[in-house]
Amino acid sequence: MSSEGVASLEAVYRRDGRRIFATLVRLLGSFERAEEAEHDAFIAAAEQWPRDGVPANPVAWLVSVGRFKAIDRLRRDARFASIDDHAEIVEQIPDPAPGQGDQETIEDDRLRLIFTCCHPSLSEDARIALTLREVCGLATEEIARAFLATPSTLAQRIVRAKAKIRDARIPYEVPEPDQFVPRLDSVLRVIYLVFNEGYSASSGAEALRLDLTAEAIRLGWLLVRLCAEAEVRGLLALMLLHHARRHARTDGAGDLVPLEEQDRSLWDARELAVGSAMALDALRTPGHGPYALQAAIVAVHSEAGTAAETDWAQIAGLYDRLLQREPSTVVALNRAVAIAMRDGPEAGLAQIEPMLTEAPLATYHLTHAAHADLCRRAGRIAEARLSYTRALDLARQEPERRFLRRRIAELGA
Amino acid sequence: MRVMVLVKATTESEAGVMPSADLLTAMGRFNDEIAKAGILEAAGGLKPSSHGVRVRFSGSARTVIGGPFAETKELVAGLWIWNVGSLEEAIEWVRRCPNPMMSESDIEIRLLFGMEDFGEALTPEARALHEDALACGKEH
Repeated sequence: MSSEGVASLEAVYRRDGRRIFATLVRLLGSFERAEEAEHDAFIAAAEQWPRDGVPANPVAWLVSVGRFKAIDRLRRDARFASIDDHAEIVEQIPDPAPGQGDQETIEDDRLRLIFTCCHPSLSEDARIALTLREVCGLATEEIARAFLATPSTLAQRIVRAKAKIRDARIPYEVPEPDQFVPRLDSVLRVIYLVFNEGYSASSGAEALRLDLTAEAIRLGWLLVRLCAEAEVRGLLALMLLHHARRHARTDGAGDLVPLEEQDRSLWDARELAVGSAMALDALRTPGHGPYALQAAIVAVHSEAGTAAETDWAQIAGLYDRLLQREPSTVVALNRAVAIAMRDGPEAGLAQIEPMLTEAPLATYHLTHAAHADLCRRAGRIAEARLSYTRALDLARQEPERRFLRRRIAELGA
Repeated sequence: MRVMVLVKATTESEAGVMPSADLLTAMGRFNDEIAKAGILEAAGGLKPSSHGVRVRFSGSARTVIGGPFAETKELVAGLWIWNVGSLEEAIEWVRRCPNPMMSESDIEIRLLFGMEDFGEALTPEARALHEDALACGKEH
């Protein structure tokens, strides 16, 4: 009996710890109080479950005990502080009575927690730190290491964000329908930033860092379960499809391997299949946007058995749509490359040449690298060399610089 | 992780209504998709419980009871074993499954124990026996 109680408690903590926390935040109206209450509830469970057996609804039990412990604590503290303040707080604490049927309320609490942590009035850094700390339940030290910051800097960032939530009275709620989509954008952006931070750091020397890509994907799955918007599935699909290629995108020396040269047998077929299926779903759902379109582009790339078999017509078409939705210079550049692959290098060069002198793409190393690539394909070797050299001047990251030097060397003297 | 995906029975499946040609085609396509994704380990459709039997255990006694069985919704009409990355991934694939029934029905996902779940109760000797038996099963 005893070991069964302990094992169940651990399982409940792993699976439902964050869910219980989210509900306690709603009931107690404060992150700190919820944290203490959850801690007290799990201590009570560790004492009682081995003795009395595991309750029928462990999550409801823990929420209810946590709430009572918080009220006890407030009454205890009230003896040392202004009684009125605390009595008022105690009166305001709602009675949850989350029975079996309240699954939906509890799930909504998780969504409330995400929306609060990603509130637009918090800085982007604060949103990321708070989401990883409160929604994912990561330790401050882990997050600090992942972002190469000191634990005290990160702890401060989290404390300030919580203070802001309290002082600015940021509500603990799922936004109203008219606000939902823009607020969701902020949530998706936080998740994608976490993913990209992990993705760009995924080289050998960083092996000790927390796997932020995995955390972002976990958040993506959580959000897919909680809300049905096409872009939520689009973002998760995009992350899964990138993640599926993680073992092929750098070589033994840590150098970047371009897509067309990647060993496709290293791609994770299962993850690609889920990602592609999900991208397709998202694209068929009204309200899809840039994430779904980007995911679809990666999915088309992944479907090709070899780089030469890539369906460039479809990719160019998706870039047309993406450019309409998100008229960014980087998208325009990628679209030009896709057109070159579909219609030949000269067609792509016609698109890229104006960008070479126009801000902001003129100072972006990838513009010149792409131009150089197309010149190389078109047999304009001297121009290719010139553009690769220009790209090398502008590139900052060492793996990219190595890649460009290799390209220049390949052109010959 | 391995999961068992159970298509729960309905009145029609228990009555022996055969799947339509369209459903069989759609199901074939779905199975092909999950096989290519590398998750499919086993699949099968079950005949109605009127074809089955139960062997009831009570102490040392064994009684054979013939179908059909009551509690239609608790019965199983089809099953898969999948090897997936997570429960969420399994849910995603189930969402994509063609609707197997004409009436309202459930597909249930259950998690299979791995050897690591048994902890100390599984002695090294018992573990070796299990592994040998499974390896043997796969060869056949």
